Amino acid sequence: MSDTHAQTVRFVRESMLPPAEPPTKERGAVKWVRENLVSSWLNAILTILSIYFIWYVVSHVAPWFLNGIWDASSLSECREIRDATLGPDAEAACFAVIADRWQQLLFGFYPQDQYWRPVLALVAFFVALAPVLFPGLPKRMLWFTAASPFVMFFLIWGGSIWGPIFIALGFVIGWLVWRFLAPVAGPILALIAAIIVPILYWYFVAGLAATEAGGLIPIGLERVESRDLGGFLLSIIIGLSGIILSMPLGILLALGRQSDLFLINKVSVGFIETIRGVPLIVWLFTAQLILGYFLPPGTTFDITLRVIIMVTLFSSAYIAEVVRGGLAALPKGQYEAADALGLDYWKSMRLIILPQALKISIPGIVNTFIGLFKDTTLVVFIGLLDPIGFSNAIRASTDWNGIYWELFVFIGVLFFIFCYSMGRYSLYLEKKLAREHR
Amino acid sequence: MATTTSTDPHRSGFRLSQLIYDTRYRSITIQVIALILLVAAFWWLISNTVQNLALLGKDFDFGFLGARAGYDINQMLIEYDNSMSHGRAAIVGILNTLLVAFLGCITATVLGVIAGVLRLSKNWIVARLMAVYVEGFRNVPLLLWIVLIFAVMTEATPQPRDFRVLDDGTSGASMLLGDTIAITNRGVFIPAPVWGSGALALLIVFLASLVAIFGYRRWAAARQERTGQIAPTFTVSLALFFVPTILVFLVMAFVSDRQTLIAYGGAADQDFATFAETLGPDGRVSACVVPGTTEALLTRRLLRGGPAAFDLVPVSGPEDAIARAEAGECNLVSLPPGTDPATVPAGGFALTDSPRAGNPVEFDVPVLGGFNFEGGLQVRNSLIALWLALSLYTGAFIAEIVRGGILAISRGQSEASFALGLRPNRTMRLVILPQALRVIIPPLISQYLNLTKNSSLAIAVGYMDVRATLGGITINQTGRELEGMLLLGSFYLALSLLISGVLNVYNNRVKLRER
Repeated sequence: MSDTHAQTVRFVRESMLPPAEPPTKERGAVKWVRENLVSSWLNAILTILSIYFIWYVVSHVAPWFLNGIWDASSLSECREIRDATLGPDAEAACFAVIADRWQQLLFGFYPQDQYWRPVLALVAFFVALAPVLFPGLPKRMLWFTAASPFVMFFLIWGGSIWGPIFIALGFVIGWLVWRFLAPVAGPILALIAAIIVPILYWYFVAGLAATEAGGLIPIGLERVESRDLGGFLLSIIIGLSGIILSMPLGILLALGRQSDLFLINKVSVGFIETIRGVPLIVWLFTAQLILGYFLPPGTTFDITLRVIIMVTLFSSAYIAEVVRGGLAALPKGQYEAADALGLDYWKSMRLIILPQALKISIPGIVNTFIGLFKDTTLVVFIGLLDPIGFSNAIRASTDWNGIYWELFVFIGVLFFIFCYSMGRYSLYLEKKLAREHR
Repeated sequence: MATTTSTDPHRSGFRLSQLIYDTRYRSITIQVIALILLVAAFWWLISNTVQNLALLGKDFDFGFLGARAGYDINQMLIEYDNSMSHGRAAIVGILNTLLVAFLGCITATVLGVIAGVLRLSKNWIVARLMAVYVEGFRNVPLLLWIVLIFAVMTEATPQPRDFRVLDDGTSGASMLLGDTIAITNRGVFIPAPVWGSGALALLIVFLASLVAIFGYRRWAAARQERTGQIAPTFTVSLALFFVPTILVFLVMAFVSDRQTLIAYGGAADQDFATFAETLGPDGRVSACVVPGTTEALLTRRLLRGGPAAFDLVPVSGPEDAIARAEAGECNLVSLPPGTDPATVPAGGFALTDSPRAGNPVEFDVPVLGGFNFEGGLQVRNSLIALWLALSLYTGAFIAEIVRGGILAISRGQSEASFALGLRPNRTMRLVILPQALRVIIPPLISQYLNLTKNSSLAIAVGYMDVRATLGGITINQTGRELEGMLLLGSFYLALSLLISGVLNVYNNRVKLRER
């Protein structure tokens, strides 16, 4: 203690004052408003403008929405109801169009009594996805994941149950061949055999066996043609199959792009850049107009299938770039450690590199999927009836000619729910990964 | 032979199994196999194509590009009519694609920067509004926005005839901004600039003032380096930008002369109203004017205000105009200022109230004609819907990029700059932005690329871009799917390779030099 102050002190407080409340301006809602809404002149003006904008939008949209008419058979009937109950100047949405046509917007021309099938397929998809996303679940569920593509195919397209079963059997045969041949003949021969045998099986045996089995034990669901698929069902089918099928191809392309082998590297780069450099719509027209030129004369197949193939190729290029980012983000030590353990290329990729790289890439893959899901609306231009295709058809019909807000709001909200929740999920993953890496 | 030690390489000759098991040869083996597979795949595709083409009786030939197109394009930036070639139509389409991409990139950047910065604002309500904008546009397909905006533009806007003022003085719709802009279901009509005789001088003055701004800024920076004094750059630049050009414009407008309107008919020293009267009640004024000039524009304004019905006969120049007037094709001739009235051949009299020749820049304001607006520039709803939707959609993505870029700069940077005594705007300009731009620009450019590719959604609203001309009507008319799609794909590919090339150059220049 210095002496200086001891000499000058004239008053020493002996008891503390009771703590006082902060001034009114500095607490509670007033403080929040002062800091967050009117901290400066510019902010105050922005606040007023924003409140005016919100009021303007709400004052128009709220009555329009709340007065919505749900029960009518055409736009003119909607207007008559509005004129009768609210007066001609009232704003009222005509949601009757959605009540009238929601089946088409969601399921296309899928048979009405079979709607449980696509819904069940979607549930199956989520069940199949669960063990991939949540490592806590029992590993045995992965068996269902492996079987789920066939289950979903069977549920949506129907037909005899034996077709999907015998096709799935091909993969089992391939795996068995690999399993029993690898110790005897070496990995390379076993791999070649594991590819060739199932192909021979599918080509010569599977179709025949499925027909025979179908004749003996006819189990199956009502067959639904591809052209009857439409609406959101179609968007989801194209989006999901595109992203699932493009994963293996995308991973291979990413590995190819990282590869030291000159030819493999250049081919991968060329493929990725070509696909990414041209808009999806041009690829879809390619699928529609000129894919037939590249196939043996007389080959024709379903436009939905062509679109799925094109979308798969398209998204594989984007997935490849995402996975490449994941591969590049791994520390070099991981590669070197895998080499030091004496693992060959494929083993080091399968056991060390890819599990880590894919984990980092999941947010990017989810974002790619969001983009792809939004892009599925483009199939309307090659004649498939996705939600926007149906909205065009509905707007062109005599009953609903002149309606647009209600339809687009409905479609937009559905897309928003899908994409926004996936976007949130990818954000959550990013945060979780950041925590785990710390 | 010398004794071999165990470390020497194995010398017994080459065995086939080394191709697979020896890493020195394995990569070559794999690549050779890959090459064979690749060549086989290409051979398969090409032979299929050749077979298919032969079956259809087609060949592979780009000659169709020179053939007559035979279809019209409703928006063209260069001269085009249906007698020109498919190649020309493709170029018109390419320019339309580039136009909407260019406009979209500018507005998307403006929107995105504003939304990105405001989303970081401390103002709670503004930040929430911007979050709603960004999430709303990012999570709904672009196509839906395009179709929605187009539907609103065509169904919720008035028809041109609604603008007509009825007898009771009311009208169903009115023009905006002092009767210069009309938003209709056929498009937005805006004033079109018409370049007059002094436009070139005006342009030169404007460019010179831009150079002056640049020079002044360099001088100010050099002076600051030398003496430490800061010269006011913003106000001076602003003044240099506007003042000289406006001054020159006013002077030229002040000295601009009257044009000479020669009437064929009537008597000497008459004005336009008397001339119109001499034509009688059924008389029609046919004016010979050079289209696209300010003289023509002002003559048309005079005629529109006059009592008689009129039409305009396009001519190539004064001599042509006089020749046509003598041939009886028109009874009113517009000659540029300074024409000696004595040179006018017999039968023509100069009007006493000839309009002015016009300012260096005149605006051709749209006016309601018979069924539609006349004059001005018609911006089609397809262009507006595409442009707006692309800008709003891409703007939402750019907002996120800008926000991420600013957040990526650590707080320490701005605190350090405050500690150095820099004011907030200088901190932003000299410390934060240069670092944030390094993060922002690469994804920004790839958004531009996305916008350009997304402009192919023009098909949803019938905007005539390159996909609609080369990849649409031309393919339908000539049946050249293979060639057309190949050209279309190469155009987009070349564009994106060009843009990513620019991006790579930029990245290399701004890359942090790490040691």
